[in-house]
Amino acid sequence: MIDSSLKQLSAALAGKQVSAAELATVFLERIERLNPTINAFVTIDRDRTLAQARAADERRAQGERAPLLGVPLAHKDIFCTEGWLTTCGSKMLANFVSPYDAHVVSRFKAAGAVMLGKLNMDEFAMGSSNETSHFGPVKNPWDLDRVPGGSSGGSAASVAARLTPAATGTDTGGSIRQPAALCGLTGLKPTYGVCSRFGMIAFASSLDQAGPMTRSAEDSALMLNAMAGYDERDSTSLQRPPEDYGRDLDKPLAGLRIGLPREFFGSGMDDDVRAAVEAALNEYRKLGATTVEVGLPNSGLSVPAYYVIAPAEASSNLSRFDGVRYGHRAAEYGDLVEMYCKSRAEGFGAEVKRRILIGTYVLSHGYYDAYYLKAQKIRRLIATDFQRAFEQCDVIMGPTAPSVAFRFGEKSADPVQMYLSDIYTIAVNLAGLPGMSIPCGFGAHGMPVGLQVIGPWFGEAKMLNVAHQYQQGTDWHARMPEGVK
Amino acid sequence: MSLTPDEVRRIARLARLEISAEETDRTREQLNGILAFIEQLQAVDTAGVEPMAHAMDIVQRLRSDAVTEPDRREAFQAIAPETEAGLYLVPKVIE
Repeated sequence: MIDSSLKQLSAALAGKQVSAAELATVFLERIERLNPTINAFVTIDRDRTLAQARAADERRAQGERAPLLGVPLAHKDIFCTEGWLTTCGSKMLANFVSPYDAHVVSRFKAAGAVMLGKLNMDEFAMGSSNETSHFGPVKNPWDLDRVPGGSSGGSAASVAARLTPAATGTDTGGSIRQPAALCGLTGLKPTYGVCSRFGMIAFASSLDQAGPMTRSAEDSALMLNAMAGYDERDSTSLQRPPEDYGRDLDKPLAGLRIGLPREFFGSGMDDDVRAAVEAALNEYRKLGATTVEVGLPNSGLSVPAYYVIAPAEASSNLSRFDGVRYGHRAAEYGDLVEMYCKSRAEGFGAEVKRRILIGTYVLSHGYYDAYYLKAQKIRRLIATDFQRAFEQCDVIMGPTAPSVAFRFGEKSADPVQMYLSDIYTIAVNLAGLPGMSIPCGFGAHGMPVGLQVIGPWFGEAKMLNVAHQYQQGTDWHARMPEGVK
Repeated sequence: MSLTPDEVRRIARLARLEISAEETDRTREQLNGILAFIEQLQAVDTAGVEPMAHAMDIVQRLRSDAVTEPDRREAFQAIAPETEAGLYLVPKVIE
């Protein structure tokens, strides 16, 4: 049961081979056994999960049929969940019980999915290794001495360790795709605006987007069908007709044009990653695809542009944490300003503070034009590069991350080194495009490698088709880490 | 561009973050590392390029000026550090 896909679990529930309550119990027991080692979950609540499961069983008994009815899954702790702790990996919100649900959470509730718990993450989604979480780092199930990636590291590790069949994640600069690559999963960041940001704790609002993290592309399609949709409470939510993201899964790939950006195949990537990515491209050629070299000449500027734009937006978004309405308040203070300064200094960790300070600086008087406006112009150049490239191809492929999962502590001393973990993923967020990572083999130390698939705006169904066809002929996505068998 | 300790303290003040004397040096070093990294943007010719604030060229939606949410003051204040008579309490700001 623990190794079944969402689709198989859905069928087993529909066929009454298992009840939602039995299924939740199986996963809860696994979480209780393995989570002390992996640290993927920060909140579990057995009674409430089982109550949700029994309610799903009741809905089925009443004749309701829906693909996710009774299916267990877990949410990144950035999504507000009514009545449950929602910590965002921070001391600032360590006691925050949300009074409402995120839109994405309410969509899953309506679909009848059962929540197994809340998943660990880098503090306020700022990090690429899960080492910035207030609740301790998540371990990579493939090697407990290595990072799971970040910021959706708990989501990635929990699915890889079969603690949950699927999870939600969020991606501002690579936070779904990079951990998916490092843990051997399928992860999809949709086009900006496809999933509502309502109730998803804001980091950089013009970049943040929610998406599914699963083992297979087929399961990601099922998840995205539930997550996507217009929400008037998010001013950037897109009003589009509903889609079945799985509609094209079975289409053959003959004639598919794959763009290979020369900038993604330079010296930045490790040899083991390159070998796995090249092998995957050969697999696609066998499936009838052709490859064409494309140029993204400004993509090298994406990381520095991102580290102006994202901290600027973060410094504004995180000003709401003031110790007045919710969250941490310092025990001792004199006046109001001191209350703010102490509460925030105590509540935020080092990386979050660094980004708030950078953002405050680039937005401050006299520097706005030189940094923020300049970065926004470069953002335009990066987005235009992609538009030109998509005139020659249907999807773009390359590595998701420059290396396999690194060891704890390896990059945490130098912020800029850590930022470069997202060198291949950040441009996609700046352009608002959908991006995916799919497992394409193993590199050094037996660690998974991810192939990144980038589509044009609203190309999700095509990308899922491209991923699914590859997964019909390969089994990288189905491998299970030895230590959790 | 390199920040001085005074500038670090000024930025921290603007950001409402208390910063100790010991933290100032280390923070300054790390911020200068990040600023040196983003400095490469200055070399790019962006003459005539329109700034891109958002991925989608969408216009701000407007809604009618009508009450859509129920009053949930009690639920929202139940999680506040300090409240009284429906108000949030903070240190006195006006004498």
